[in-house]
Amino acid sequence: MGPIIPVFGISEELNLLIAFIIGLGFGFALEQAGFSSSRKLAGMFYGYDITVLKVFFTAAITAMLGLIFLNYLEMIDMGIIYVNQYYIQSAIVGGVIMGAGFIVGGFCPGTSVCAAAIGKIDAMVFIGGSLLGIIFFGETYSWWEELYNKNFIGSPKLSNTLNLKDGVLALLVVVMAVIMFWLGEKAEKRFNRDDIIKEI
Amino acid sequence: MIKKRKYMNPYLAGVLLGLVLLASFYLTGRGLGASGAMKSVVVSGVEKIAPSHVSNSGFYSKYVSEEASPLKTWLVLEVFGVLIGGFISGAISGRLGLKVERSPKITNRRRLIFAAIGGALFGFGSQLGRGCTSGAALSGMAVLSVAGFVTMMAIFGTAFALAYFFRKNWI
Repeated sequence: MGPIIPVFGISEELNLLIAFIIGLGFGFALEQAGFSSSRKLAGMFYGYDITVLKVFFTAAITAMLGLIFLNYLEMIDMGIIYVNQYYIQSAIVGGVIMGAGFIVGGFCPGTSVCAAAIGKIDAMVFIGGSLLGIIFFGETYSWWEELYNKNFIGSPKLSNTLNLKDGVLALLVVVMAVIMFWLGEKAEKRFNRDDIIKEI
Repeated sequence: MIKKRKYMNPYLAGVLLGLVLLASFYLTGRGLGASGAMKSVVVSGVEKIAPSHVSNSGFYSKYVSEEASPLKTWLVLEVFGVLIGGFISGAISGRLGLKVERSPKITNRRRLIFAAIGGALFGFGSQLGRGCTSGAALSGMAVLSVAGFVTMMAIFGTAFALAYFFRKNWI
């Protein structure tokens, strides 16, 4: 019965080793997908390369369906799986600021680490900027504290909010993703930039 | 020199990433993360320089545990793995090398200034939003959390909305 570590408990060292191994897989998958290139990531927002959409949604759906099947086979206790807490304002405002950071900087935190690993100097600078941004948040926390803690509504699942079964919502997400993949592939042809694709 | 190889098929890479994420949930009960590790590095650094500042801060003090150093946390080890995993992948595919990646229309200097500003925005936003693209959006969507879907739409929606204004940097 999973999740293994919370259910059975393991030594601290083994836990950290597992963290490292999962990270290895995470970094390897990101780099193989091409997330170590800022111009490939940015292609998403200009239509010439929608790898971000394809990889992100395929990954989310794979894990989503995997969890649903593990739950169905009673191999995982979904009651102790972490579901993100929802603070309405901070989730939206934080997401908007992150979106601005994405188009300005060309990375997100995970992809910047992966790109820095293969020698991208812009990614190293992005990481430096991120650390400064976090320090700024920490130093000015009292300014944002109210916004940060406003409208906490627990850890709701979208399936419950919409009054759907998990499997039905997952099916809807899959259908939407397939439509987006189809539109995205059309966009790649429409906004084709062979000059950029060649370089990245 | 190793010939630069093509990237993996994006759908296949997505399945691979999804299986890593699923393994994380199955083993640990939580998804993946990246900005959380950066926060641990910051908290650890501030604690070294000014310990009393950390205990007095409403933000930093939440992330300091009594026994373990913030650098010996699960997420920091995971992100260390990302660094090594990315390096291995780059080595196998012949993509290693120091480089500033930019549009030919802009200078290295401009690219790096924007990278720093973008990083600062992302770092700040990830704290306010309680996680970044990995922890909030990707892992959050996998467990069907409302917060995951909302953060995902806010990140990608804003990047799309602002893309026109920054087009010179990219295309």
